[in-house]
Amino acid sequence: MQTMDGQGATADPQLQHFIEIESQKQRFQQLVHQMTEVCWEKCMDKPGPKLDSRTESCFVNCVERFIDTSQFILNRLEQTQRSKGGFSESILSE
Amino acid sequence: MDSFGSDFSSGGSGAKMDTGTIMEQVKVQIAVANAQELLQRMTDKCFKKCIGKPGSTLDNSEQKCIAMCMDRYMDAWNTVSRTYNSRLQRERARL
Repeated sequence: MQTMDGQGATADPQLQHFIEIESQKQRFQQLVHQMTEVCWEKCMDKPGPKLDSRTESCFVNCVERFIDTSQFILNRLEQTQRSKGGFSESILSE
Repeated sequence: MDSFGSDFSSGGSGAKMDTGTIMEQVKVQIAVANAQELLQRMTDKCFKKCIGKPGSTLDNSEQKCIAMCMDRYMDAWNTVSRTYNSRLQRERARL
């Protein structure tokens, strides 16, 4: 019989799996919220009766470029750390 | 998420709450939190777009603007969700 104290909760594999899945879903949701907000600023002029194709393309591009930016930053950070030995040092030296 | 804590504290051993029930409750709470987040951001964006100098009431044009804005925000949210999902699939297919 499993108790629901701290140890019990993480020892339950079903609960563990559930937590992993839900956490992943939440990370996704959070990013959608964030990108919608950011891209709204970039793409939306005056809200009309529908989302026209130009605005829709803007949102699509915005999402793709946002993710590209995120990946670029991670990659470059990795590079700078490898070559210059530290993040803070490389910021100061830029 | 206060009730999250109290749902787990069924006191002593042999919790009456089974895993399935807990999972369902957590899912509901997550859904509520997401809806609140969406509403909060939508309100913020639509207020900025539709309300100029705040008057003593919300006039008709402002109300119409807010209504359209809400729908467009949902459209935008769905587009972003779809696009992000496709991108993730593409990235996973590459690995």
